[in-house]
Amino acid sequence: MARFENLDDMSSEYYDVLSELGNIGAGNAATALATMLQCKMDITVPKVRLLDFKDVCSVLGGEEQIMAGIDLMVEGDINGSIMFLMDERSAHVLVEKVMGMPTEQEHSLTEMELSALKEVGNIITGAYLNSLATLTSMMIYPSVPYVSIDMAGAILSVAAIEFGIMGDKILMIETQLMDETEINGYFLLMPDLESYDKILSSLGL
Amino acid sequence: MCKVIKVGMADLAVCISPDSITTVGLGSCVGIALRDPVSKVGGLAHIMLPDSTQMKNNSNIPKFADTGIEELVKQIVKNGANRSKLVAKLAGGAQMFAFNTGNNLVRIGEQNVEACKKKLKEMGIPVLSEDTGLNFGRTVIFYPETGDFVIKSVNKEVKTI
Repeated sequence: MARFENLDDMSSEYYDVLSELGNIGAGNAATALATMLQCKMDITVPKVRLLDFKDVCSVLGGEEQIMAGIDLMVEGDINGSIMFLMDERSAHVLVEKVMGMPTEQEHSLTEMELSALKEVGNIITGAYLNSLATLTSMMIYPSVPYVSIDMAGAILSVAAIEFGIMGDKILMIETQLMDETEINGYFLLMPDLESYDKILSSLGL
Repeated sequence: MCKVIKVGMADLAVCISPDSITTVGLGSCVGIALRDPVSKVGGLAHIMLPDSTQMKNNSNIPKFADTGIEELVKQIVKNGANRSKLVAKLAGGAQMFAFNTGNNLVRIGEQNVEACKKKLKEMGIPVLSEDTGLNFGRTVIFYPETGDFVIKSVNKEVKTI
């Protein structure tokens, strides 16, 4: 039986724990990306937020903001999904850095470029989940990555629907990741209710 | 002055001409626009899930296709529309990520559209047109004055249905 009937009655202690998980995960992901691109990456202090659906889309700079979203389903001891989102410009910069050549078109990515983006997403979310798995001694299996470049609202609605089955709010562990100039991305870890329970139990809470 | 009423995710609202009503970033969710062409009273619902009866927690009426449409009709009629004159237009129900697992959630867009049509048919409200499915998000604006349902998507032409 889940410890939380709904997400509203979660204590501030749990918030802190989840926030720390976000910090460790995103820290590892940032290191992976920095190593790959040979540049410096910074992360912000994670925000753990409990949001109404109608507010979800406004968190990342507006519903109509065009974002590249890489989504991986997570299975194993915990269920849910993890998303890495970045604005369109960042996606282009990232692809250019990885592939070592300029992107072909201004507003869309070719098949090859999308594939590169997916792979980056795969590596960094992998680093995130790996640190989470090590910390909690749980088995966590990510699916292959899926990518979509579209309005932030449309991308986030996918996650919102998963939460919609269980309740009327969505819990997000949000960490911003950026380099000195151009790349600006967000991690969103969205486990389901039961998984929160497991995560917290595995940490002795 | 014409207002533009904004509808969020799992939300619905009534709109009376000359105002218009919009919802932004429909992914797998479906936007249902209803109007009475005579009184020009309309409304828009942004539903997330197909069926309230299969959920334990179903108190949020605008979240589901079945309860959301019922509530929208009720509110539109309360604002002066003729129940028997109502017509509908649909948009959304995309599949944002190309998942190909056996997970039922992945076909949620399709299921949402089906559920909306089923409910509308049950209530005897004809669906005049739709722009649903595929793999991209949509922003919609509905004008109860003309019945125009304007759909905008990333890197695509603006479409009116």
